[in-house]
Amino acid sequence: MPEVLVLAEHERGEVKKVTAELITLARRFGEASVVWTGAGADEGRARLAEFGAARVYVADDPAVTDFVVAPVAALLAQLIAEKTPSLVLIAGTGQGKEIAGRLAVKADSGVLTDAVDLVPGASGEPVAEQSVFGGSTVVHSRVKRGTPIVAVRPNAVSAVAEAGSAELVPVSLDGESASAARITERVVAERGERPELTEASIVVSGGRGTGSAEGFGIIEQLADALGAAVGASRAVTDAGWYPHQFQVGQTGKTVSPQLYMAIGISGAIQHRAGMQTSKTIIAVNKDPEAPIFELADFGVVGDLFKVLPQLMEEIGKRKDL
Amino acid sequence: MNIVVCMKQVPDTASERQLKAADSTLDRASLDGVVNELDEYAVEEALRIAEANPGSAVTVLSMGPEKAGESIRKELARGADKAVHLQDDVLAGSDALGTSYALAKVLEQIGFDLVICGSESTDARMGVMAAMLAERLGVAQVSLASKVDISGTSLTVRRVSDDGYHTVEASLPAVISVVEKINEPRYPSFKGIMAAKKKPVTTMSLADAGIDASLVGLAGAGTEVADFEKTPPRQAGTIVKDEGDGGSKAAEYLASRKFI
Repeated sequence: MPEVLVLAEHERGEVKKVTAELITLARRFGEASVVWTGAGADEGRARLAEFGAARVYVADDPAVTDFVVAPVAALLAQLIAEKTPSLVLIAGTGQGKEIAGRLAVKADSGVLTDAVDLVPGASGEPVAEQSVFGGSTVVHSRVKRGTPIVAVRPNAVSAVAEAGSAELVPVSLDGESASAARITERVVAERGERPELTEASIVVSGGRGTGSAEGFGIIEQLADALGAAVGASRAVTDAGWYPHQFQVGQTGKTVSPQLYMAIGISGAIQHRAGMQTSKTIIAVNKDPEAPIFELADFGVVGDLFKVLPQLMEEIGKRKDL
Repeated sequence: MNIVVCMKQVPDTASERQLKAADSTLDRASLDGVVNELDEYAVEEALRIAEANPGSAVTVLSMGPEKAGESIRKELARGADKAVHLQDDVLAGSDALGTSYALAKVLEQIGFDLVICGSESTDARMGVMAAMLAERLGVAQVSLASKVDISGTSLTVRRVSDDGYHTVEASLPAVISVVEKINEPRYPSFKGIMAAKKKPVTTMSLADAGIDASLVGLAGAGTEVADFEKTPPRQAGTIVKDEGDGGSKAAEYLASRKFI
């Protein structure tokens, strides 16, 4: 069975959810070989085995992790040459897409980004589904040159457990990256106990309807009641009511959670571009004509400051049961 | 300092964008083209760096059909000094591999100390170009910058990550990409618009740039579209009017779907 390389994402030894999703996808095409950069592979191994990783190539070397993107792409190119995998899967995050791009140049291979699904085509080749132009068009694409490199959007599939041996195999990067950019400091933004926006299973986003920075606080309250991440529309981040890094939409983050709640968001195409592939969508808006209702599986036409407190009270009651 | 900004003309994000049945490429001809919004931040950042480093020149580099010339003029009006327009019918349908190859060939020819890109284009949304250009040009990649400081040939950048940011250091020459909100792009002034008419725009063909035609365009792409369709409309949902019970009804829905 051919190998499929999966680049692991991890934070302080903890394997990110998207990596379990990628291993699940990899098993559709062959044997999942995880590529782990940096420390923590011993801690992460059990989690990788749980989802069916056959082996884990570990490159725990500052030469790989202390520089921006280039060495990781070089490591993957080296593994493509040595192991001739049938496919390389990378998380479709900002950095993941850059790694995919550099790797594509190094390996002279086609690259696809933002896949929301990946299935075998007529001759077993990976065919990626992508949602483009603000979610208005669904495209199926494939790679026709080299080793397919696909950056997959977090939450594209549900991770399914299957026992694997996750054998640790140390690897080292050959050669030097002469003109790389060095990472001298890593700062993790305060987000409390909330999950990361692009990884979260539930996202609660607030828009212009929240009226002010203070008004936006109710979005955080609902998010916390649901264990969700907080998102914001561009109107909110432009007005400075909430930090820009939480913006969902055309020029912000793209999310694909199990549940997306759009609160006081009208749903212009630029916003829809960032959330249209969410599995379930709930909207609350006082304007019955708001385009967001065209997407909503469930919608409430009403004042969010009346609807949300009642909703949170009901959530609280059910938690107490 | 010799600063080159890569700019792409894209269809307005508010317009109805479609793929053409014949070759599955974006129908650009029937839509108004605008400057990719994220590239406006790249041009503004270039102008600010140039202002802080006297003797600098800002060149706009764009690959695209003839009508991309309108967008090039707009960035000259905003303040860029000159432009290079890579224009050749063979380039149509290029994927990221082909585009990065073609742009790198031009950049090698015109020379640069610093290349600045927007973080992604609003049509393809791949977010790979700065990384691919750095790889092809063999220079440092300092991308997804929300803050750029340059002192001599040293570059310090705040690079946004999924969970916060990284501080990154590199030396020129380099390729950087900037994220939205790194700055507030200035508007072209009337004087700028008048001056833009006289600023030099060099048009280059494949031959001018030494580009191998077999590596660009639809035929040279490393990827292909198998098929596409309009997204099927989502099944009409249940919309209720809040009669004092909207929150309860939303909770019932969430419970029915096991979210609470």
